[in-house]
Amino acid sequence: MKRLVVVGNGMAACRLLEELTRLAPDLYQITVVGDEPFAGYNRVMLSPLLGGSTDENTITTHPHQWYRERSIRLITGTPVVAIHRGRRQVETAAGHVLDYDRLLLATGAGPRQLPVDGVGLKGVVSFRDLYDVRRLLSLSAARVVVVGGGFLGLEAADALVKQGHDVTLVHSRGHLLNQQLDEAAGHRLQKDLEARGIKFVMHARTQSIEGCSVQKKEDKKGSSSYSSDRVAAVHLADGQRLPADYVVQAVGIVPRAELAAQAGLTVNQGVRVDDTLQTFDPAIYAIGECVEHRERTFGLVAPLYEQASVCASHLAEMGHRRYLYADSATRLKISGIDLVSCGDFLGEKRNEIEQGETLQLSLPDSYRRLQIRDNRVVGMVLYGDVSDAPFFETLWRDSTDISALRETLLLGEAFCKRPGDKGDNAEGVAA
Amino acid sequence: MKAEVAAGNVGENRAGKHMAKNTERPICTTCPYCGVGCGISTDGTSLKGDTLHPANAGRLCVKGSSVLETLGDQDRLLNPEVEGDVVSWDQALDEVAGRFRRIVDEHGPDAVAFYVSGQLLTEDYYVANKLMKGYIGSANIDTNSRLCMSSAVVAHKRAFGEDVVPGCYEDLELADLVILTGSNTAWAHPIVYQRIAAAKQARPEMKVVVIDPRRTATCDLADLHLAIRPGQDVPLFNGLLTWLDDNNALDQAYIDAHTEGFESTLDTARSQGNDWASLATHMGVSKVDLTTFYHWFAACDRTVTVFSQGVNQARNGSDQGNAIINAHLATGRVGKPGASPFSITGQPNAMGGREVGGLANQLAVHLDIDNPAHHAAVADFWQAPALAKENGLTAVDLFQAVASGKVKAVWIMATNPVDSLPEADKVRQALMACDTVVVSDCVASGDTLACADIRLPALGWGEKSGMVTNSERCMSRQRPFVTAPGQARADWWIITQVAQRMGFADAFPYQHEHEIFAEFSALTALAGQFGKRLDLTAAADLTADQYAQWQPQQWPLNSGPRCYGDGRFSTASERARFIACENPPVRVIGDAFPIILNSGRIRDQWHTMTRTGRAGRLFAHLSEPFAALHPKDIERYRLQEGGFVRLTSRVGDALVRVTRDTGQRPGTAFMPMHWTDQFSRRARVDALVPARLDPHSGQPAFKHTPVNVSDWQPRWHGWLFTAASPPAVEYWARVPVDAFLQAGQVQRYRLAGDADLTEQQLHDWLPQAAQWLALNDPATGHYRRAALDKDGRLLAWLAIGETLPLCDVDWLADCFTQGADIQHMTILAGQPADAGPDLGPVICSCFQVRQKTIEGAVEEGADCVEAIGQCCQAGTNCGSCIPELRGLLETCTT
Repeated sequence: MKRLVVVGNGMAACRLLEELTRLAPDLYQITVVGDEPFAGYNRVMLSPLLGGSTDENTITTHPHQWYRERSIRLITGTPVVAIHRGRRQVETAAGHVLDYDRLLLATGAGPRQLPVDGVGLKGVVSFRDLYDVRRLLSLSAARVVVVGGGFLGLEAADALVKQGHDVTLVHSRGHLLNQQLDEAAGHRLQKDLEARGIKFVMHARTQSIEGCSVQKKEDKKGSSSYSSDRVAAVHLADGQRLPADYVVQAVGIVPRAELAAQAGLTVNQGVRVDDTLQTFDPAIYAIGECVEHRERTFGLVAPLYEQASVCASHLAEMGHRRYLYADSATRLKISGIDLVSCGDFLGEKRNEIEQGETLQLSLPDSYRRLQIRDNRVVGMVLYGDVSDAPFFETLWRDSTDISALRETLLLGEAFCKRPGDKGDNAEGVAA
Repeated sequence: MKAEVAAGNVGENRAGKHMAKNTERPICTTCPYCGVGCGISTDGTSLKGDTLHPANAGRLCVKGSSVLETLGDQDRLLNPEVEGDVVSWDQALDEVAGRFRRIVDEHGPDAVAFYVSGQLLTEDYYVANKLMKGYIGSANIDTNSRLCMSSAVVAHKRAFGEDVVPGCYEDLELADLVILTGSNTAWAHPIVYQRIAAAKQARPEMKVVVIDPRRTATCDLADLHLAIRPGQDVPLFNGLLTWLDDNNALDQAYIDAHTEGFESTLDTARSQGNDWASLATHMGVSKVDLTTFYHWFAACDRTVTVFSQGVNQARNGSDQGNAIINAHLATGRVGKPGASPFSITGQPNAMGGREVGGLANQLAVHLDIDNPAHHAAVADFWQAPALAKENGLTAVDLFQAVASGKVKAVWIMATNPVDSLPEADKVRQALMACDTVVVSDCVASGDTLACADIRLPALGWGEKSGMVTNSERCMSRQRPFVTAPGQARADWWIITQVAQRMGFADAFPYQHEHEIFAEFSALTALAGQFGKRLDLTAAADLTADQYAQWQPQQWPLNSGPRCYGDGRFSTASERARFIACENPPVRVIGDAFPIILNSGRIRDQWHTMTRTGRAGRLFAHLSEPFAALHPKDIERYRLQEGGFVRLTSRVGDALVRVTRDTGQRPGTAFMPMHWTDQFSRRARVDALVPARLDPHSGQPAFKHTPVNVSDWQPRWHGWLFTAASPPAVEYWARVPVDAFLQAGQVQRYRLAGDADLTEQQLHDWLPQAAQWLALNDPATGHYRRAALDKDGRLLAWLAIGETLPLCDVDWLADCFTQGADIQHMTILAGQPADAGPDLGPVICSCFQVRQKTIEGAVEEGADCVEAIGQCCQAGTNCGSCIPELRGLLETCTT
């Protein structure tokens, strides 16, 4: 039996294992090494977990038993520290040395560090894994500053506010989720989240994190000790000082590719892979947030699953599929607020002459923007009522000429069927 | 008050809700609309035709059927106002009396004037006439009947020696030949049309001839339609006279015994020759049609010729009337069963006004100002030492005198001269510049009211009490059944109060309208002394109770239904007079104004819409002002069917929609007379009409306005629903919606414009709102807005686009009366998502049956109007739509 070693036990790895054990259950003797001390869990569910609307059992997708049933060896709580490509071996921090015929890197991504003084202070935390969540859940009521108005930051902020913390979110841009939403939708989101108690500081560039020495009185072991410096406040470029007991950095992710780089694999932003998810070394594959494919890195789950599926087929020696990035709509739910975004929703990704046309619909609890070029939908943002997302997405993906539907397009599919159409259909049925 | 009129009140319960009823028993009254004068029976919450009334025997047209929907407190004038301030009646009356008194003292009686209306009741009219002519001492009182009936009055007086309509409605049913000339009876006098239609159905051999340059709905009934060129009635009827002579069809014995002036009249007629082919060409009809008409006329002793505004509203309207009467006199067909000329009046009490002397060239009770014996008799009866000795100013001259400053105070009652007089824009300017303009009206806003210095709240229909006379001299009561809102008072009371304050208390002691009617009835004794037929002396001692119980009766009271059947007329010689009528000069149409514009009524509206404009249902038939043109002209002038046309005349312009109508003669256009500045931006047809008058009657030639037409292509189109005023855009036309908000009644505006719109403008057009729904597509100029209150109820709705935005306007109208349970997306769409098929325009207003439904019934085998009615109810109530049903039958089956 060939030996397959999988480095990483995140969502991409788990999906690959599922596919591979289905396609070729007896081809490999598989070992999975995860640096987290957990079996497979759904990282997407960390926000609800932090918000208290679910628990760890529920979000565990692949318990230990699952690995046992497939004769997969699962090593947790220790990172792989080296890859010896010549010997086809990997080495873990705990001292395991594992031979491989094929190696899969699924090391994921880590939180981007704020490039400011004070990020090393105690109380400056991230929100990436179950460990982070456990830590955040253990906090007593505190003032928390969340840095970053992307999904991660918003989810953290929302969850923390639900936990009873006093939460201020600082964002460097004028509106939230600026990668996914236009200004109007971003402002709506801010208003809706403000209604839940989150405070926002926009256009806020973090200058530094201020620390202080404090005596920690409630040491777990009951003994008195002094902590090292811990966070006291966040300083913004405009001079504002936001007092903080904790700071959550949520300013993006960085592919974890150091291991691959050390092993001499080609690494740019992430581990470079080709369309079969193979790295520079034909025995080594890589998938997930750690890779760079055609100069693109990944942070959403849909392309990861697609990579897992393609990669599994190659590992199963049934490989003929190629991974090609397909732009898909981003559908997200921030604590019950539905969003869908896709394509060139701002209409600014071409030269200025070809500036597109913007259709906007604004209701008290709903917002829609369609970006049109040459009578075709090139991007959209839906906020609130996203029931028509499939309709718009199809138009977008198929590049359908919408000129005949344009007047009622924003109102959704139900209003794009003219009475005349119905009449025609009825006649067809009668005939 | 407004708070009570909240959203959710619709149609039939409105009238019952808004005012206290006076009676639980149904009362009998008369319809406020046309001169047919139908009886109505109502308890205030529902109404039906009065089966006992001789005019209609239970029938009602769509306007009459929906009159309760036009009641209600909204937009009523509730308090007297002086220079914009609400004042007490005492203050207002003192002010009016004081100003009139001062101007009369300083500038003489001819410096003041009254301009009154066929909407007034006989008692109101009588008191106004008595005050102006008898006590102020000027004959400057004219009425809007000048605009519709005065040529017929001249024709009657010249021919018969008195303004008498000899026939009655029954004649229409007894006749073997009914000629309808210058009358779209089907739409303007629907119940008369119904009676003719029923008679023709019972006796299919009965012939109907329609003479009209337009093919109107009335032509549906016609065995022959003579689409003569506009203004050619005189050659037509002169030709008839010659033809009758050529064919020995004259009643020479009658001519000899009962008439005078025949020879010279025949000579004049003969001077146009008897080459029927060239006469037919001259008039724009075929020779066969022309001689067929002449044959039929000769053959049918029982012939009634109904004539109306198409005859009267011409520069030779009086001659046109006499040309018709000449043909009847020459065949002895006057005042006999089934044989008479028959002028039908426009307004509910045009006849009553003429009886009391409401025109500036009448004295009272059919007597003349310039006849010393008449003058002396009336002066004596009234004990009026100042009785006017000279004819006063007729309507057009009166307002020109206002413009020139000769008349310094004018009191306008129940009429809207800023819309209804020719050169209407000048009338507005004249009133704006006039020292004192007093307007008595029941509505709060109107184009004339906007010029008023003093506004007096008058009673409306359903509130006022008095007498009206219809087209067949039948006098009926209007009776009140609701309590008047605010401080509204009867017109006769207002005039009486002013008369008392001007120092004439002894002559104006009236406490009740019946006292006035009794005095008027007694006065008609003078008419009898001078050989006139107007005789109400039997009512001179009427008690209040008898007055209350009055049943419809024709005058002369206690006489037969017809006049002059015995061949004895009201002239001194008792002979009728032939009037020689010269052909009108041929008018060459210039390039500058190549189209002849005609104007008139449409089926479901009345006058300037102050009443019908309150019922949304009455807009379902025709919702916007339009100009109807022949397809050839639409092509020739590069207009677009359904698009917009700017009409320009020598004196004004208008901007309306284009309607394609193969019934128009090429080179002619038709515009409805109803739209005012209250209902559209620029659609007052009379702003286009030059003030050219019949020399004998002073009646303006409304039917013949040379205009130019040009296409107007707006950059954007839109719909706006709001209770606020219309936006200042190039085109708007409104339709009331049966929904009421704090800000008033919701209106549906159709908009179109030329100028670029800004989002700020759109915002300004809409009211303050707690919630907004918005859709923007700036690239195509498509915008939608809905304003909601905090409970989610719709306050306003707007959609603008390069083309007219898609929506279901009827559904949207309903949304204003509903609660908050409609999805926002659906509201913005302006139509339910599962919108059924478009059923086309409403054809039957009574049952709201739409075109496609009717076509469906025809396709399923309904092969006649009755069958359609059985299928879908269309046409089974008022029957106004029956001509259109026939048209659909024809188009569906061919």
